Amino acid sequence: MVSAMDAVSEPLSIEDIWIWLGEVPDPEIPVISVVDLGIVRDVAVSGGEVAITVTPTYSGCPATAVIAMEIEQALRRKGVERVKIETQLSPAWTTQWISKEGREKLRAYGIAPPVEGASCAGALKAPPDIMCPRCGSANTERVSQFGSTPCKAHYRCTDCLEPFDYFKSF
Amino acid sequence: MPKAAKENPLLEFALHMGDNCLILGQQVSAWCGHAPVLEEDIALANTALDLIGQAKFWLELAADLEGEGRSADDLAFLRDVRQFRNCLLAEQPNGDFGQTLMRQFLFDAWHHLMLTALLSSTDKRIAGIAEKAVKEAAYHLERSSDLVVRLGDGSSESHARMQTALDELWRFTGELITPDDIDAALAANGVAPDLGDIEKRWLDSVRGVLEEATLRIPEGAYMQEGGKTGLHSESLGYLLADMQFMQRAYPGATW
Repeated sequence: MVSAMDAVSEPLSIEDIWIWLGEVPDPEIPVISVVDLGIVRDVAVSGGEVAITVTPTYSGCPATAVIAMEIEQALRRKGVERVKIETQLSPAWTTQWISKEGREKLRAYGIAPPVEGASCAGALKAPPDIMCPRCGSANTERVSQFGSTPCKAHYRCTDCLEPFDYFKSF
Repeated sequence: MPKAAKENPLLEFALHMGDNCLILGQQVSAWCGHAPVLEEDIALANTALDLIGQAKFWLELAADLEGEGRSADDLAFLRDVRQFRNCLLAEQPNGDFGQTLMRQFLFDAWHHLMLTALLSSTDKRIAGIAEKAVKEAAYHLERSSDLVVRLGDGSSESHARMQTALDELWRFTGELITPDDIDAALAANGVAPDLGDIEKRWLDSVRGVLEEATLRIPEGAYMQEGGKTGLHSESLGYLLADMQFMQRAYPGATW
């Protein structure tokens, strides 16, 4: 039951919190938000406390701790005093959770968005065809499966000759 | 089997999985800034990072199962050699780039199979960690298989180095696929897979890649065991002396 007291001290709406979280940038790819990235799994408000459930991208991603801190700071700036960040492992994060807007933002920033269904199954196989985010050519080649961050592979375009990052399917 | 292990096989298993990742991750991270080419330097650092991240999940589970108020960090930095449960393969020295890669490949092939099997573990916490880690292990295996083939079936120099690495490391693979009492107990209640099944699939997968790499598996090799019961090779002591220095010299230091 929601008492009158709670109603006064709890003007927080779940929708507002999602909007605020949509303004928290990923620390390593600042053009997309933590919501675009699909790592915010749940938002709950209970008695003035906001609980945010976050799932890590890669197990050892150094951005994970920074993301938790930035979410907390963003909510505090909006006047939320009690923030709890919970980590959830399962279901495991997948690049399928990156929003449509997030994919476009990645491409505009120069990072080829993930090609779904092309995640690695552990066996030797040809890499997927990746479109160059700069000139749109499909004539690209993989330089290395491991790029500047755990989530990216290193590619180059054989038409415009530019190197670029590919956000690998995961 | 030590008495404590008999009482808590799940804890032993969590330590085995976590220590494998922690110790191999620590070894691999030593390449950071030293790899033969920049792309490999980045790949090695990323692999090490994934493994250390996975170690954190397993050791958090182990700390919870142990129930003595210790944290994952306590387990990583305050246990001594005999309390580590990682396989002997993980702790072998980096050697040259060929030895580092061969060690990685033999481990990745096992790790990926093991994690895939653990997706259907009856223990939800274990299945959850496996679900996260298996995707990373797939990328590790793809890279290490690719490079083992390229260097094995490469120049006479790279071929010779890869063969030497395989001859040196093969004897440490037996314990990964040989079930002990703990493995049998966990397989019986569906927590972990039957290692006999993993053995068959591991051999198939490893043979396929090594054949393509024109490398020869040593015949009738003696298999050295001990990692899972805490009987380690010399290199683990040096590794721990390095890894645990800060916590030993400045107990409780944080940053």
